[in-house]
Amino acid sequence: MHERMALTIGPLQYHWSRNDVTAFYASMADSAADCLVLGEVVCARRRELKLADWLALAGELRQAGKEVVLATQTLIESEADLRLLRSQAEQHEFLVEANDASALQLLQGRPFVLSPHINIYNQSALQQHAALGATRWVPPLELDLATVALINPPSAPVCNPQGQAVETEVFAFGRMPLAFSARCFTARHHHLNKDECQYRCLDDPDGLVLRSTEGQDFLVLNGTQTQSAGIHCLLGQAPALGAAGVQRLRLSPCSRSFAEVVYQFEQVFNQGQDAESGLDALHALHLPGPLVNGYALNQAGMAWQD
Amino acid sequence: MTVSYARKPQLVCPAGSLRALQLAVNAGADAVYMGLKDATNARNFAGLNFDLEQAREGVAHAHAKGAQVLMALNTFARAQEPERWWRAVDLAVEMGADALICADTAVMAYACREHPQLRLHLSVQASATSYEAIEFYREHYGIQRAVLPRVLMLSHVGHVLRNSSVEIEVFGFGSLCVMVEGRCALSSYVTGQSPNNAGVCSPPSAVRWVDKAGAVQVRLGEVLIDEFGPTEPRGYPTLCKGRFAVDGVRDYALEDPTSLNSMALLPELMAMGIAAIKIEGRQRSAAYVEQVTRVWRAAIDACFAAGNGQGGRFAVQPQWAATLAEHAEGQQVTLGAYSRPWR
Repeated sequence: MHERMALTIGPLQYHWSRNDVTAFYASMADSAADCLVLGEVVCARRRELKLADWLALAGELRQAGKEVVLATQTLIESEADLRLLRSQAEQHEFLVEANDASALQLLQGRPFVLSPHINIYNQSALQQHAALGATRWVPPLELDLATVALINPPSAPVCNPQGQAVETEVFAFGRMPLAFSARCFTARHHHLNKDECQYRCLDDPDGLVLRSTEGQDFLVLNGTQTQSAGIHCLLGQAPALGAAGVQRLRLSPCSRSFAEVVYQFEQVFNQGQDAESGLDALHALHLPGPLVNGYALNQAGMAWQD
Repeated sequence: MTVSYARKPQLVCPAGSLRALQLAVNAGADAVYMGLKDATNARNFAGLNFDLEQAREGVAHAHAKGAQVLMALNTFARAQEPERWWRAVDLAVEMGADALICADTAVMAYACREHPQLRLHLSVQASATSYEAIEFYREHYGIQRAVLPRVLMLSHVGHVLRNSSVEIEVFGFGSLCVMVEGRCALSSYVTGQSPNNAGVCSPPSAVRWVDKAGAVQVRLGEVLIDEFGPTEPRGYPTLCKGRFAVDGVRDYALEDPTSLNSMALLPELMAMGIAAIKIEGRQRSAAYVEQVTRVWRAAIDACFAAGNGQGGRFAVQPQWAATLAEHAEGQQVTLGAYSRPWR
């Protein structure tokens, strides 16, 4: 029998109100998703949900039959950031996803997930991290699928000290988090200082589009994070993903039609629907940006190939 | 009142060529950093960097004058040919480099295994912004110095330093990355090539300048990065320093074309116990390297002397500031994240 392609809902990258976050995860509880990654990964100032709220939400989603992973903050700067990280590392109820080397330092010695922001570009680096206890690997966004297969070959996967094979989870849908800064570009756009930002990013549920002078949608400002305007989409890459030994797909939330996106991935990867009709369905959804897939094919990330 | 600094920070200068290396050493650099002619370093540009023979000559020159040579091996080994990176580690030892500046755990693991005596510095490309992150690399790979990303403010730098057992190096002058180093894929989104995967950002091979009705358009790949009027100064199209429209407002949406200059903060940096100050710019001319090195040598010496009660209070001399401004992007300098005017 065909093995299930697990669907993971990646961490919410945007700043949504508490109500919107709650409603979003309630809809995900009813979706085909297997796993949800929870937590604020972008900005320490975003506090609509605190760690206790995320943990409560995690408990509810587990009750609903989902696996839950807690994500750490991507840029760790202050002692307060480290305190939050320690609280996440000290709980043992949920798996934690490391988003920087501070998290690796605190999580080593037990199972954890490697986020795409840990720089693993070769097999030796993956072996180094597996030796620390990593059980799941989300490759850097810019790595193509052939290279992913070379680093964690399906025929001879990298194993952790317990002899457990590291699973590969590929970022398969959503605007890509391409860069992080200490500076808030949303506040800069509104001529506000970061410390008095008025949480203006709450107004942009899919970020703030940055266009070239000739009107091309190029990037998206999401607070301190810069994303691609294009939506990375590997719905049509099932054979290449299978060949690369990918067992899990990461779908990154957007504010509109996301439940339908999850449904289409489930249909194509697990229910035998053809990719073409899945892509037609996505194109009909009025998603916030054009579809791209260049990185997976060893091209510029903003390229699209049918 | 004297403050009596515990240590005088090393001045670490860029060497994109043997000529630049020699001029930097002669102008007073305590150390120079250089890379090989390939993608193993983050300034992988045509006409730049060293072959083994040049590297040996550079090391001989530096060592004769009491200066160190640090080899930058600060990209991530390509999965298809990691041997190229291992070979570069071997070459660092063969040429007599005093330390290796590295970011990839695979490179560090190889260096620890094959050359345990080789001193390792954690590159800024490793994105270590906290003392826990630095401790991770010390515990596993024995790094002896960490270079901090240019996104931390001064109080965070001090906090890292007080809680770290390794030496801390910070950037003093040069082009400014507004994104955390090692965590930026903007360049590969447009061109397929990035600092992490190819040692380049906004590579020249992808740049096109197009004259259009008096204006000049500059494209990176297919994206229009900026458009300059006939009399506007034209900067290199590093994509985060282009002009873009957000909500219909065209501006430098990510970063103005300016350079970092932290010289005014030397007293604070020295009081913290910073081990080294790095000058950016292996891609810049030998004249840049010589003049910027000379000015920073004078400033570090003056600041240290002032701390020991000699020569009065430290102040940035107008002629130093003028020299640095001449070499800055868009002739503008900023204290960058250290002071965070945007905080």
